[in-house]
Amino acid sequence: MNKEMTSINSDLKKREVVEKSAEHILRFLSIVSIIAVIVITGYMLMAGTPALLKYGIFDILFGTVWQPTSSNPSFGILYVILTSIVGVTIAVIIAVPIGLLTAIHLSEIATRRSSKWMKTAIELLAGIPSIVYGLLGVQIINPIIYQLELLIFKNSATHQFTGGSNLLAAILVLVIMILPTLISVSENALRAVPNNYRTSSLALGASKMQTIFKVILPSAKSGIISAIVLGIGRAMGEAMAIVLVAGNTIHIPLPFSSVRFLTTAIVSEMGYAQGAHREVLFTIGLVLFLFIMLINVMLSAVLKRGEE
Amino acid sequence: MNQSITNKKKRKKDTVALVLIYLSSGFSIGLLLLILGYVAFKAVPYFSFKYLYSTTSIIDHTVGILPNIINTLYLVIVTLLIACPIGIGGAIYLHEYAKNQKLVRIVTFANEVLAGIPSIIYGLFGMLFFGVYLGWGFSILTGACTLSLMVLPIITRNTQTSLETVPKSYREAALGLGTNKWYMIRTVLLPSAIPGVLTGVILSIGRIISESAALLFTAGSGVLLPKGLFSHLFNSGATLTIQLYLEMSKANYENAFVIAFVLVIVVLLLNLFAKFIASKWDVSKVENNGK
Repeated sequence: MNKEMTSINSDLKKREVVEKSAEHILRFLSIVSIIAVIVITGYMLMAGTPALLKYGIFDILFGTVWQPTSSNPSFGILYVILTSIVGVTIAVIIAVPIGLLTAIHLSEIATRRSSKWMKTAIELLAGIPSIVYGLLGVQIINPIIYQLELLIFKNSATHQFTGGSNLLAAILVLVIMILPTLISVSENALRAVPNNYRTSSLALGASKMQTIFKVILPSAKSGIISAIVLGIGRAMGEAMAIVLVAGNTIHIPLPFSSVRFLTTAIVSEMGYAQGAHREVLFTIGLVLFLFIMLINVMLSAVLKRGEE
Repeated sequence: MNQSITNKKKRKKDTVALVLIYLSSGFSIGLLLLILGYVAFKAVPYFSFKYLYSTTSIIDHTVGILPNIINTLYLVIVTLLIACPIGIGGAIYLHEYAKNQKLVRIVTFANEVLAGIPSIIYGLFGMLFFGVYLGWGFSILTGACTLSLMVLPIITRNTQTSLETVPKSYREAALGLGTNKWYMIRTVLLPSAIPGVLTGVILSIGRIISESAALLFTAGSGVLLPKGLFSHLFNSGATLTIQLYLEMSKANYENAFVIAFVLVIVVLLLNLFAKFIASKWDVSKVENNGK
Protein backbone atom coordinates (compact mmCIF):
# COMPACT_ATOMS: atom_id res chain seq x y z
CA MET A 1 0.00 0.00 0.00
CA ASN A 2 1.28 3.41 -0.87
CA LYS A 3 1.62 5.33 2.31
CA GLU A 4 0.91 8.74 0.87
CA MET A 5 -2.38 7.57 -0.59
CA THR A 6 -3.65 6.14 2.67
CA SER A 7 -6.67 7.76 4.14
CA ILE A 8 -7.07 7.64 7.87
CA ASN A 9 -10.14 5.54 7.25
CA SER A 10 -8.43 3.04 4.96
CA ASP A 11 -7.99 0.10 7.27
CA LEU A 12 -10.92 0.86 9.47
CA LYS A 13 -12.77 -2.24 8.32
CA LYS A 14 -9.86 -4.52 9.02
CA ARG A 15 -9.37 -2.99 12.43
CA GLU A 16 -13.01 -3.39 13.22
CA VAL A 17 -12.83 -7.09 12.38
CA VAL A 18 -9.84 -7.48 14.66
CA GLU A 19 -11.61 -5.60 17.44
CA LYS A 20 -14.78 -7.62 17.16
CA SER A 21 -13.05 -10.98 16.94
CA ALA A 22 -10.79 -10.10 19.88
CA GLU A 23 -13.83 -9.43 22.00
CA HIS A 24 -15.53 -12.66 20.97
CA ILE A 25 -12.43 -14.78 21.56
CA LEU A 26 -11.82 -13.18 24.94
CA ARG A 27 -15.44 -13.74 25.93
CA PHE A 28 -15.11 -17.41 25.08
CA LEU A 29 -11.86 -17.68 27.06
CA SER A 30 -13.52 -16.14 30.10
CA ILE A 31 -16.20 -18.81 30.25
CA VAL A 32 -13.75 -21.72 29.96
CA SER A 33 -13.64 -21.94 33.75
CA ILE A 34 -17.44 -22.23 33.92
CA ILE A 35 -17.37 -24.98 31.30
CA ALA A 36 -14.60 -26.74 33.24
CA VAL A 37 -16.59 -26.70 36.48
CA ILE A 38 -19.68 -28.07 34.74
CA VAL A 39 -17.78 -30.79 32.89
CA ILE A 40 -15.84 -31.86 36.01
CA THR A 41 -19.05 -32.02 38.07
CA GLY A 42 -20.79 -33.96 35.31
CA TYR A 43 -17.96 -36.45 34.97
CA MET A 44 -17.66 -37.02 38.70
CA LEU A 45 -21.41 -37.69 38.92
CA MET A 46 -21.32 -39.93 35.86
CA ALA A 47 -18.40 -41.96 37.14
CA GLY A 48 -19.46 -42.13 40.78
CA THR A 49 -23.15 -42.98 40.64
CA PRO A 50 -23.25 -46.34 38.76
CA ALA A 51 -21.67 -48.21 41.68
CA LEU A 52 -24.03 -46.54 44.13
CA LEU A 53 -27.03 -47.69 42.12
CA LYS A 54 -25.65 -51.17 41.52
CA TYR A 55 -24.58 -52.08 45.05
CA GLY A 56 -26.98 -49.91 47.00
CA ILE A 57 -26.30 -46.46 48.37
CA PHE A 58 -26.71 -47.67 51.92
CA ASP A 59 -24.42 -50.69 51.51
CA ILE A 60 -21.60 -48.56 50.16
CA LEU A 61 -21.86 -45.44 52.30
CA PHE A 62 -22.65 -47.23 55.56
CA GLY A 63 -21.01 -50.60 54.99
CA THR A 64 -17.97 -51.33 57.12
CA VAL A 65 -16.46 -54.24 55.20
CA TRP A 66 -14.06 -53.40 52.40
CA GLN A 67 -13.18 -56.50 50.40
CA PRO A 68 -13.15 -55.26 46.84
CA THR A 69 -11.21 -58.15 45.33
CA SER A 70 -12.71 -61.16 47.08
CA SER A 71 -15.03 -63.52 45.19
CA ASN A 72 -17.97 -62.12 47.11
CA PRO A 73 -16.93 -58.46 47.06
CA SER A 74 -18.09 -55.95 49.62
CA PHE A 75 -17.61 -52.24 49.21
CA GLY A 76 -18.37 -50.51 52.51
CA ILE A 77 -16.59 -47.17 52.79
CA LEU A 78 -18.03 -45.92 56.08
CA TYR A 79 -14.68 -46.14 57.89
CA VAL A 80 -12.97 -44.30 55.05
CA ILE A 81 -15.48 -41.46 55.25
CA LEU A 82 -15.24 -41.39 59.05
CA THR A 83 -11.45 -41.33 58.91
CA SER A 84 -11.51 -38.28 56.67
CA ILE A 85 -14.00 -36.47 58.87
CA VAL A 86 -12.30 -37.32 62.17
CA GLY A 87 -8.77 -36.77 60.86
CA VAL A 88 -9.55 -33.43 59.27
CA THR A 89 -11.54 -32.20 62.27
CA ILE A 90 -8.79 -32.97 64.76
CA ALA A 91 -6.10 -31.56 62.48
CA VAL A 92 -8.03 -28.32 62.11
CA ILE A 93 -8.68 -28.11 65.87
CA ILE A 94 -4.95 -28.42 66.51
CA ALA A 95 -3.85 -26.13 63.71
CA VAL A 96 -6.27 -23.23 64.19
CA PRO A 97 -4.88 -21.92 67.51
CA ILE A 98 -1.28 -22.20 66.31
CA GLY A 99 -2.08 -20.56 63.00
CA LEU A 100 -4.19 -17.81 64.51
CA LEU A 101 -1.60 -16.92 67.15
CA THR A 102 1.11 -16.83 64.49
CA ALA A 103 -1.08 -14.57 62.37
CA ILE A 104 -1.55 -12.28 65.40
CA HIS A 105 2.19 -12.14 65.86
CA LEU A 106 2.69 -11.26 62.18
CA SER A 107 0.08 -8.55 61.98
CA GLU A 108 -0.04 -7.05 65.47
CA ILE A 109 3.19 -7.64 67.35
CA ALA A 110 6.16 -8.16 65.06
CA THR A 111 7.97 -5.18 63.62
CA ARG A 112 7.40 -4.51 59.97
CA ARG A 113 10.77 -5.89 59.00
CA SER A 114 10.61 -9.16 60.90
CA SER A 115 6.99 -9.63 59.91
CA LYS A 116 8.07 -9.41 56.26
CA TRP A 117 10.72 -12.07 56.80
CA MET A 118 8.35 -14.37 58.62
CA LYS A 119 5.75 -13.92 55.91
CA THR A 120 8.28 -15.01 53.32
CA ALA A 121 9.01 -18.07 55.41
CA ILE A 122 5.30 -18.94 55.62
CA GLU A 123 4.94 -18.54 51.86
CA LEU A 124 7.89 -20.85 51.33
CA LEU A 125 6.28 -23.36 53.66
CA ALA A 126 3.14 -23.22 51.52
CA GLY A 127 5.20 -23.79 48.39
CA ILE A 128 6.91 -26.99 49.48
CA PRO A 129 5.46 -29.92 47.49
CA SER A 130 3.05 -32.09 49.46
CA ILE A 131 5.00 -35.21 48.55
CA VAL A 132 8.02 -33.77 50.40
CA TYR A 133 5.86 -33.38 53.50
CA GLY A 134 4.95 -37.02 53.01
CA LEU A 135 8.60 -38.02 52.87
CA LEU A 136 9.36 -36.10 56.07
CA GLY A 137 6.28 -37.61 57.69
CA VAL A 138 7.55 -41.09 56.96
CA GLN A 139 11.09 -40.29 58.06
CA ILE A 140 10.53 -38.07 61.10
CA ILE A 141 6.96 -38.31 62.40
CA ASN A 142 6.38 -42.04 61.98
CA PRO A 143 9.41 -43.12 64.08
CA ILE A 144 8.46 -40.69 66.87
CA ILE A 145 4.86 -41.92 66.89
CA TYR A 146 6.13 -45.49 66.92
CA GLN A 147 8.12 -44.82 70.10
CA LEU A 148 5.00 -43.34 71.64
CA GLU A 149 3.00 -46.36 70.53
CA LEU A 150 5.50 -48.75 72.08
CA LEU A 151 5.31 -46.81 75.30
CA ILE A 152 1.52 -46.67 75.49
CA PHE A 153 0.74 -50.21 74.39
CA LYS A 154 3.65 -51.86 76.18
CA ASN A 155 1.44 -54.31 78.05
CA SER A 156 -1.34 -54.61 75.54
CA ALA A 157 -1.82 -58.04 74.00
CA THR A 158 -4.50 -57.05 71.54
CA HIS A 159 -3.05 -53.92 69.99
CA GLN A 160 -2.02 -54.20 66.37
CA PHE A 161 1.24 -52.33 66.11
CA THR A 162 1.38 -49.94 63.16
CA GLY A 163 5.04 -49.01 63.25
CA GLY A 164 3.98 -45.39 63.65
CA SER A 165 1.95 -45.31 60.45
CA ASN A 166 -1.41 -44.38 61.86
CA LEU A 167 -4.10 -41.75 62.14
CA LEU A 168 -2.14 -39.69 64.66
CA ALA A 169 0.86 -39.37 62.35
CA ALA A 170 -1.40 -38.40 59.44
CA ILE A 171 -3.11 -35.76 61.57
CA LEU A 172 0.26 -34.23 62.48
CA VAL A 173 1.23 -34.03 58.81
CA LEU A 174 -2.13 -32.44 57.98
CA VAL A 175 -1.66 -29.88 60.77
CA ILE A 176 1.66 -28.83 59.27
CA MET A 177 0.22 -28.73 55.77
CA ILE A 178 -2.71 -26.45 56.55
CA LEU A 179 -0.77 -24.04 58.79
CA PRO A 180 0.46 -21.79 55.95
CA THR A 181 -3.08 -21.39 54.56
CA LEU A 182 -4.49 -20.60 57.99
CA ILE A 183 -1.73 -18.14 58.82
CA SER A 184 -1.73 -16.16 55.60
CA VAL A 185 -5.51 -15.90 55.20
CA SER A 186 -6.15 -14.94 58.80
CA GLU A 187 -3.24 -12.51 58.78
CA ASN A 188 -4.84 -10.73 55.83
CA ALA A 189 -8.10 -10.62 57.77
CA LEU A 190 -6.38 -9.13 60.82
CA ARG A 191 -4.59 -6.53 58.73
CA ALA A 192 -7.89 -5.52 57.15
CA VAL A 193 -9.20 -4.37 60.55
CA PRO A 194 -9.18 -0.53 60.50
CA ASN A 195 -6.40 1.01 62.52
CA ASN A 196 -8.70 3.28 64.53
CA TYR A 197 -10.17 0.19 66.20
CA ARG A 198 -6.72 -0.45 67.66
CA THR A 199 -6.03 3.11 68.63
CA SER A 200 -9.48 3.64 70.14
CA SER A 201 -9.22 0.50 72.21
CA LEU A 202 -5.74 1.39 73.45
CA ALA A 203 -6.84 4.94 74.21
CA LEU A 204 -9.64 3.58 76.38
CA GLY A 205 -6.97 1.95 78.48
CA ALA A 206 -7.18 -1.61 77.25
CA SER A 207 -3.91 -3.49 77.19
CA LYS A 208 -2.48 -4.68 73.91
CA MET A 209 -3.62 -8.25 74.51
CA GLN A 210 -7.11 -7.10 75.43
CA THR A 211 -7.22 -5.09 72.24
CA ILE A 212 -6.12 -8.05 70.18
CA PHE A 213 -8.42 -10.63 71.69
CA LYS A 214 -11.48 -8.52 72.44
CA VAL A 215 -11.48 -5.99 69.60
CA ILE A 216 -9.41 -7.11 66.65
CA LEU A 217 -10.20 -10.81 66.60
CA PRO A 218 -14.00 -10.30 66.72
CA SER A 219 -13.81 -7.70 63.93
CA ALA A 220 -11.80 -10.06 61.74
CA LYS A 221 -14.17 -12.93 62.43
CA SER A 222 -15.44 -13.58 58.93
CA GLY A 223 -11.93 -13.54 57.47
CA ILE A 224 -10.76 -15.97 60.12
CA ILE A 225 -13.72 -18.27 59.51
CA SER A 226 -12.92 -18.31 55.82
CA ALA A 227 -9.32 -19.17 56.69
CA ILE A 228 -10.58 -22.12 58.72
CA VAL A 229 -12.91 -23.26 55.96
CA LEU A 230 -10.06 -23.04 53.43
CA GLY A 231 -7.92 -25.05 55.82
CA ILE A 232 -10.62 -27.72 56.09
CA GLY A 233 -10.77 -27.91 52.30
CA ARG A 234 -7.02 -28.20 52.01
CA ALA A 235 -6.86 -30.96 54.64
CA MET A 236 -9.80 -32.83 53.13
CA GLY A 237 -8.23 -32.89 49.68
CA GLU A 238 -4.67 -33.72 50.66
CA ALA A 239 -3.55 -37.06 49.30
CA MET A 240 0.12 -37.53 48.59
CA ALA A 241 1.41 -36.21 51.90
CA ILE A 242 -0.52 -38.73 53.96
CA VAL A 243 -0.79 -41.77 51.72
CA LEU A 244 2.36 -43.38 53.10
CA VAL A 245 2.06 -41.87 56.58
CA ALA A 246 -1.40 -43.12 57.53
CA GLY A 247 -0.65 -46.83 57.24
CA ASN A 248 -3.19 -47.39 54.53
CA THR A 249 -5.43 -50.16 55.77
CA ILE A 250 -9.09 -49.61 56.55
CA HIS A 251 -9.96 -49.40 60.25
CA ILE A 252 -12.13 -47.40 62.61
CA PRO A 253 -10.37 -44.05 63.01
CA LEU A 254 -8.58 -44.40 66.35
CA PRO A 255 -5.34 -42.51 66.99
CA PHE A 256 -3.12 -45.58 66.86
CA SER A 257 -4.77 -47.57 64.11
CA SER A 258 -3.68 -47.71 60.55
CA VAL A 259 -6.29 -45.87 58.50
CA ARG A 260 -7.24 -44.85 55.00
CA PHE A 261 -8.65 -41.46 54.02
CA LEU A 262 -10.97 -40.75 51.07
CA THR A 263 -8.05 -39.34 49.12
CA THR A 264 -5.54 -42.04 49.97
CA ALA A 265 -8.06 -44.79 49.15
CA ILE A 266 -8.11 -43.49 45.58
CA VAL A 267 -4.36 -43.05 45.33
CA SER A 268 -3.49 -46.46 46.65
CA GLU A 269 -5.92 -48.59 44.66
CA MET A 270 -6.72 -46.78 41.42
CA GLY A 271 -3.54 -48.12 39.86
CA TYR A 272 -4.74 -51.71 39.70
CA ALA A 273 -8.51 -51.60 40.37
CA GLN A 274 -10.82 -53.03 37.75
CA GLY A 275 -14.52 -53.40 37.10
CA ALA A 276 -16.75 -52.90 40.12
CA HIS A 277 -13.76 -52.07 42.37
CA ARG A 278 -12.81 -49.21 40.06
CA GLU A 279 -16.39 -47.94 39.98
CA VAL A 280 -16.48 -47.81 43.76
CA LEU A 281 -13.22 -45.85 43.80
CA PHE A 282 -14.94 -43.30 41.58
CA THR A 283 -17.76 -43.26 44.11
CA ILE A 284 -15.19 -42.42 46.79
CA GLY A 285 -14.02 -39.63 44.49
CA LEU A 286 -17.61 -38.42 44.22
CA VAL A 287 -18.04 -38.42 48.00
CA LEU A 288 -14.86 -36.38 48.34
CA PHE A 289 -16.02 -34.04 45.58
CA LEU A 290 -19.35 -33.47 47.32
CA PHE A 291 -17.58 -32.73 50.60
CA ILE A 292 -15.40 -30.16 48.85
CA MET A 293 -18.40 -28.59 47.11
CA LEU A 294 -20.13 -28.31 50.48
CA ILE A 295 -17.05 -26.58 51.87
CA ASN A 296 -17.01 -24.22 48.86
CA VAL A 297 -20.63 -23.27 49.39
CA MET A 298 -19.93 -22.66 53.09
CA LEU A 299 -16.94 -20.51 52.15
CA SER A 300 -18.91 -18.31 49.78
CA ALA A 301 -21.66 -17.96 52.38
CA VAL A 302 -19.07 -16.80 54.92
CA LEU A 303 -17.55 -14.36 52.46
CA LYS A 304 -20.95 -12.97 51.54
CA ARG A 305 -21.85 -12.44 55.17
CA GLY A 306 -18.50 -10.76 55.71
CA GLU A 307 -19.22 -8.30 52.89
CA GLU A 308 -22.53 -7.33 54.38
CA MET B 1 -0.88 -2.12 97.49
CA ASN B 2 0.22 0.97 95.65
CA GLN B 3 -2.84 2.51 94.04
CA SER B 4 -1.05 5.19 92.02
CA ILE B 5 -2.26 5.43 88.41
CA THR B 6 1.29 5.68 87.16
CA ASN B 7 1.89 2.12 88.27
CA LYS B 8 1.28 -0.20 85.42
CA LYS B 9 -0.96 -3.11 86.31
CA LYS B 10 0.61 -6.42 85.47
CA ARG B 11 -1.84 -8.80 83.87
CA LYS B 12 -0.96 -12.46 84.09
CA LYS B 13 -3.26 -13.36 81.23
CA ASP B 14 -1.49 -10.92 78.94
CA THR B 15 1.87 -12.47 79.63
CA VAL B 16 0.52 -15.95 79.04
CA ALA B 17 -1.08 -14.86 75.74
CA LEU B 18 2.14 -13.22 74.61
CA VAL B 19 4.16 -16.33 75.44
CA LEU B 20 1.68 -18.50 73.52
CA ILE B 21 1.85 -16.16 70.55
CA TYR B 22 5.64 -16.32 70.48
CA LEU B 23 5.59 -20.10 70.90
CA SER B 24 3.17 -20.54 68.02
CA SER B 25 5.01 -18.36 65.60
CA GLY B 26 8.28 -19.89 66.70
CA PHE B 27 6.80 -23.28 65.88
CA SER B 28 5.58 -22.16 62.46
CA ILE B 29 8.87 -20.58 61.47
CA GLY B 30 10.86 -23.38 63.08
CA LEU B 31 9.03 -25.84 60.88
CA LEU B 32 10.45 -24.28 57.75
CA LEU B 33 13.98 -24.34 59.12
CA LEU B 34 13.53 -27.92 60.30
CA ILE B 35 12.22 -29.05 56.93
CA LEU B 36 14.92 -27.29 54.92
CA GLY B 37 17.63 -28.41 57.30
CA TYR B 38 16.53 -32.02 57.45
CA VAL B 39 16.12 -32.39 53.69
CA ALA B 40 19.53 -30.82 53.07
CA PHE B 41 21.15 -32.88 55.82
CA LYS B 42 19.78 -36.12 54.38
CA ALA B 43 20.35 -35.29 50.73
CA VAL B 44 23.74 -33.64 50.58
CA PRO B 45 25.82 -36.79 51.28
CA TYR B 46 24.25 -38.52 48.28
CA PHE B 47 23.90 -35.54 46.00
CA SER B 48 26.12 -35.13 42.98
CA PHE B 49 25.55 -33.12 39.85
CA LYS B 50 25.94 -36.28 37.83
CA TYR B 51 22.61 -37.33 39.30
CA LEU B 52 20.94 -34.48 37.48
CA TYR B 53 22.09 -35.39 34.00
CA SER B 54 22.06 -39.16 33.96
CA THR B 55 19.26 -41.65 33.58
CA THR B 56 18.47 -44.61 35.78
CA SER B 57 19.67 -47.74 34.04
CA ILE B 58 20.17 -51.18 35.47
CA ILE B 59 22.49 -52.15 32.63
CA ASP B 60 24.81 -49.17 33.02
CA HIS B 61 24.50 -49.15 36.85
CA THR B 62 23.60 -45.49 36.81
CA VAL B 63 21.01 -43.64 38.84
CA GLY B 64 19.73 -40.28 37.70
CA ILE B 65 16.73 -38.09 37.28
CA LEU B 66 17.33 -36.51 33.87
CA PRO B 67 14.14 -38.01 32.36
CA ASN B 68 12.11 -36.70 35.31
CA ILE B 69 13.58 -33.24 34.92
CA ILE B 70 12.74 -33.27 31.21
CA ASN B 71 9.21 -34.50 31.89
CA THR B 72 8.71 -31.79 34.48
CA LEU B 73 9.90 -29.15 32.00
CA TYR B 74 7.57 -30.55 29.34
CA LEU B 75 4.64 -30.38 31.72
CA VAL B 76 5.45 -26.83 32.81
CA ILE B 77 5.76 -25.56 29.24
CA VAL B 78 2.75 -27.35 27.77
CA THR B 79 0.54 -26.50 30.73
CA LEU B 80 1.46 -22.84 30.52
CA LEU B 81 0.93 -22.81 26.74
CA ILE B 82 -2.62 -23.99 27.36
CA ALA B 83 -3.46 -22.12 30.55
CA CYS B 84 -1.86 -18.71 29.91
CA PRO B 85 -3.93 -17.66 26.88
CA ILE B 86 -7.13 -18.84 28.54
CA GLY B 87 -6.38 -17.33 31.94
CA ILE B 88 -4.97 -14.01 30.74
CA GLY B 89 -7.57 -13.63 27.99
CA GLY B 90 -10.42 -14.48 30.32
CA ALA B 91 -9.19 -12.02 32.93
CA ILE B 92 -8.92 -9.27 30.31
CA TYR B 93 -12.49 -9.90 29.20
CA LEU B 94 -13.78 -9.87 32.75
CA HIS B 95 -11.97 -6.70 33.68
CA GLU B 96 -12.11 -4.66 30.50
CA TYR B 97 -15.05 -5.80 28.39
CA ALA B 98 -17.68 -7.48 30.52
CA LYS B 99 -20.70 -5.31 31.13
CA ASN B 100 -22.75 -8.17 32.48
CA GLN B 101 -21.87 -8.19 36.18
CA LYS B 102 -23.72 -11.46 36.66
CA LEU B 103 -21.33 -13.19 34.25
CA VAL B 104 -18.35 -11.74 36.12
CA ARG B 105 -19.72 -13.08 39.39
CA ILE B 106 -20.37 -16.53 37.96
CA VAL B 107 -16.90 -16.74 36.41
CA THR B 108 -15.32 -15.59 39.66
CA PHE B 109 -17.27 -18.22 41.54
CA ALA B 110 -16.26 -20.88 38.98
CA ASN B 111 -12.63 -19.89 39.47
CA GLU B 112 -12.99 -20.18 43.24
CA VAL B 113 -14.51 -23.64 42.81
CA LEU B 114 -11.66 -24.67 40.52
CA ALA B 115 -9.14 -23.40 43.05
CA GLY B 116 -10.82 -25.43 45.78
CA ILE B 117 -11.03 -28.76 43.99
CA PRO B 118 -8.36 -31.11 45.37
CA SER B 119 -5.71 -32.33 43.00
CA ILE B 120 -6.71 -35.97 43.35
CA ILE B 121 -10.12 -35.08 41.90
CA TYR B 122 -8.36 -33.36 39.01
CA GLY B 123 -6.39 -36.55 38.58
CA LEU B 124 -9.54 -38.67 38.38
CA PHE B 125 -11.22 -36.24 36.00
CA GLY B 126 -8.15 -35.95 33.79
CA MET B 127 -7.82 -39.70 33.61
CA LEU B 128 -11.49 -40.11 32.65
CA PHE B 129 -11.80 -37.19 30.26
CA PHE B 130 -8.44 -36.67 28.58
CA GLY B 131 -7.08 -40.17 29.13
CA VAL B 132 -10.09 -42.39 28.45
CA TYR B 133 -12.68 -40.26 26.62
CA LEU B 134 -10.25 -38.43 24.32
CA GLY B 135 -8.04 -41.52 24.21
CA TRP B 136 -4.71 -39.91 25.11
CA GLY B 137 -4.01 -42.52 27.76
CA PHE B 138 -1.19 -41.97 30.22
CA SER B 139 0.66 -39.15 28.54
CA ILE B 140 2.28 -35.82 29.20
CA LEU B 141 -0.45 -34.18 27.13
CA THR B 142 -3.14 -35.66 29.41
CA GLY B 143 -1.22 -34.44 32.44
CA ALA B 144 -0.70 -30.97 30.99
CA CYS B 145 -4.38 -30.54 30.11
CA THR B 146 -5.36 -31.63 33.61
CA LEU B 147 -2.89 -29.27 35.25
CA SER B 148 -3.92 -26.36 33.04
CA LEU B 149 -7.41 -26.53 34.56
CA MET B 150 -5.77 -26.52 37.96
CA VAL B 151 -3.57 -23.45 37.44
CA LEU B 152 -6.22 -21.52 35.48
CA PRO B 153 -7.62 -19.80 38.59
CA ILE B 154 -4.14 -18.74 39.72
CA ILE B 155 -3.34 -17.08 36.40
CA THR B 156 -6.79 -15.50 36.06
CA ARG B 157 -6.78 -14.07 39.57
CA ASN B 158 -3.28 -12.63 39.33
CA THR B 159 -3.98 -11.08 35.93
CA GLN B 160 -7.20 -9.56 37.24
CA THR B 161 -5.52 -8.01 40.28
CA SER B 162 -2.68 -6.63 38.20
CA LEU B 163 -5.17 -5.11 35.71
CA GLU B 164 -6.78 -3.42 38.68
CA THR B 165 -3.50 -1.76 39.59
CA VAL B 166 -3.09 -0.20 36.14
CA PRO B 167 -4.23 3.41 36.60
CA LYS B 168 -7.38 4.43 34.81
CA SER B 169 -5.57 7.36 33.25
CA TYR B 170 -3.50 4.97 31.11
CA ARG B 171 -6.64 3.61 29.51
CA GLU B 172 -8.25 6.99 29.06
CA ALA B 173 -5.10 8.51 27.62
CA ALA B 174 -4.74 5.71 25.08
CA LEU B 175 -8.39 5.77 24.09
CA GLY B 176 -8.30 9.54 23.93
CA LEU B 177 -5.50 9.34 21.40
CA GLY B 178 -7.90 7.46 19.17
CA THR B 179 -6.81 3.86 19.62
CA ASN B 180 -9.29 1.04 19.53
CA LYS B 181 -9.94 -0.98 22.63
CA TRP B 182 -8.04 -4.16 21.74
CA TYR B 183 -5.14 -2.08 20.43
CA MET B 184 -5.09 -0.20 23.73
CA ILE B 185 -5.16 -3.45 25.69
CA ARG B 186 -2.40 -4.96 23.59
CA THR B 187 -0.02 -2.02 23.60
CA VAL B 188 -0.73 -0.17 26.84
CA LEU B 189 -2.57 -2.32 29.32
CA LEU B 190 -0.79 -5.65 28.98
CA PRO B 191 2.75 -4.23 29.17
CA SER B 192 1.81 -2.34 32.34
CA ALA B 193 0.19 -5.42 33.82
CA ILE B 194 3.12 -7.71 33.03
CA PRO B 195 4.51 -7.99 36.59
CA GLY B 196 1.25 -9.30 37.99
CA VAL B 197 0.78 -11.67 35.10
CA LEU B 198 4.34 -12.88 35.54
CA THR B 199 3.79 -13.43 39.26
CA GLY B 200 0.78 -15.60 38.42
CA VAL B 201 2.80 -17.55 35.90
CA ILE B 202 5.64 -18.18 38.35
CA LEU B 203 3.23 -19.28 41.07
CA SER B 204 1.67 -21.62 38.53
CA ILE B 205 5.06 -23.05 37.67
CA GLY B 206 5.59 -23.72 41.36
CA ARG B 207 2.24 -25.44 41.58
CA ILE B 208 2.95 -27.57 38.50
CA ILE B 209 6.36 -28.61 39.78
CA SER B 210 5.02 -29.58 43.19
CA GLU B 211 1.95 -31.37 41.92
CA SER B 212 1.78 -35.11 42.30
CA ALA B 213 -1.71 -36.45 42.98
CA ALA B 214 -3.15 -35.05 39.76
CA LEU B 215 -0.34 -36.57 37.71
CA LEU B 216 -0.28 -40.08 39.08
CA PHE B 217 -3.15 -41.24 36.88
CA THR B 218 -2.69 -38.80 34.01
CA ALA B 219 0.97 -38.36 33.11
CA GLY B 220 1.87 -41.75 34.53
CA SER B 221 5.27 -42.99 35.53
CA GLY B 222 7.41 -43.42 32.41
CA VAL B 223 11.10 -42.66 32.75
CA LEU B 224 12.28 -42.79 29.14
CA LEU B 225 14.18 -39.95 27.52
CA PRO B 226 12.23 -38.24 24.72
CA LYS B 227 12.80 -39.66 21.24
CA GLY B 228 11.15 -36.76 19.46
CA LEU B 229 10.23 -33.26 20.50
CA PHE B 230 6.51 -33.67 19.82
CA SER B 231 6.10 -37.42 20.04
CA HIS B 232 7.18 -37.23 23.67
CA LEU B 233 3.89 -35.45 24.41
CA PHE B 234 2.11 -38.74 23.90
CA ASN B 235 4.48 -40.72 26.09
CA SER B 236 3.88 -41.37 29.72
CA GLY B 237 6.32 -39.39 31.84
CA ALA B 238 7.01 -39.28 35.56
CA THR B 239 7.80 -35.83 36.94
CA LEU B 240 10.19 -35.28 39.85
CA THR B 241 7.35 -35.52 42.37
CA ILE B 242 6.01 -38.78 40.96
CA GLN B 243 9.54 -40.19 40.91
CA LEU B 244 9.89 -39.16 44.54
CA TYR B 245 6.66 -41.01 45.35
CA LEU B 246 7.83 -44.11 43.51
CA GLU B 247 11.19 -44.08 45.31
CA MET B 248 9.39 -43.67 48.63
CA SER B 249 7.09 -46.59 47.88
CA LYS B 250 10.15 -48.71 47.22
CA ALA B 251 11.69 -47.48 50.52
CA ASN B 252 14.53 -46.04 48.47
CA TYR B 253 15.00 -43.08 50.78
CA GLU B 254 18.42 -41.92 49.58
CA ASN B 255 17.10 -41.17 46.11
CA ALA B 256 13.91 -39.79 47.57
CA PHE B 257 15.79 -37.24 49.64
CA VAL B 258 17.95 -36.14 46.73
CA ILE B 259 14.83 -35.54 44.62
CA ALA B 260 13.18 -33.75 47.53
CA PHE B 261 16.27 -31.57 47.85
CA VAL B 262 16.13 -30.62 44.17
CA LEU B 263 12.39 -29.94 44.38
CA VAL B 264 12.67 -27.80 47.49
CA ILE B 265 15.49 -25.70 46.04
CA VAL B 266 13.61 -25.12 42.77
CA VAL B 267 10.43 -24.17 44.62
CA LEU B 268 12.30 -21.82 46.95
CA LEU B 269 13.99 -20.06 44.05
CA LEU B 270 10.69 -19.69 42.21
CA ASN B 271 9.01 -18.23 45.28
CA LEU B 272 11.77 -15.74 45.89
CA PHE B 273 11.77 -14.81 42.20
CA ALA B 274 8.02 -14.19 42.28
CA LYS B 275 8.46 -11.97 45.34
CA PHE B 276 11.29 -10.09 43.68
CA ILE B 277 9.23 -9.40 40.57
CA ALA B 278 6.20 -8.33 42.55
CA SER B 279 8.25 -5.85 44.57
CA LYS B 280 10.36 -4.59 41.66
CA TRP B 281 7.71 -3.71 39.13
CA ASP B 282 4.80 -2.59 41.15
CA VAL B 283 2.84 -0.35 38.80
CA SER B 284 0.91 1.35 41.57
CA LYS B 285 4.19 2.21 43.28
CA VAL B 286 5.60 3.70 40.09
CA GLU B 287 2.49 5.83 39.73
CA ASN B 288 2.82 7.13 43.30
CA ASN B 289 6.49 7.94 42.91
CA GLY B 290 5.76 9.89 39.78
CA LYS B 291 3.46 12.28 41.57
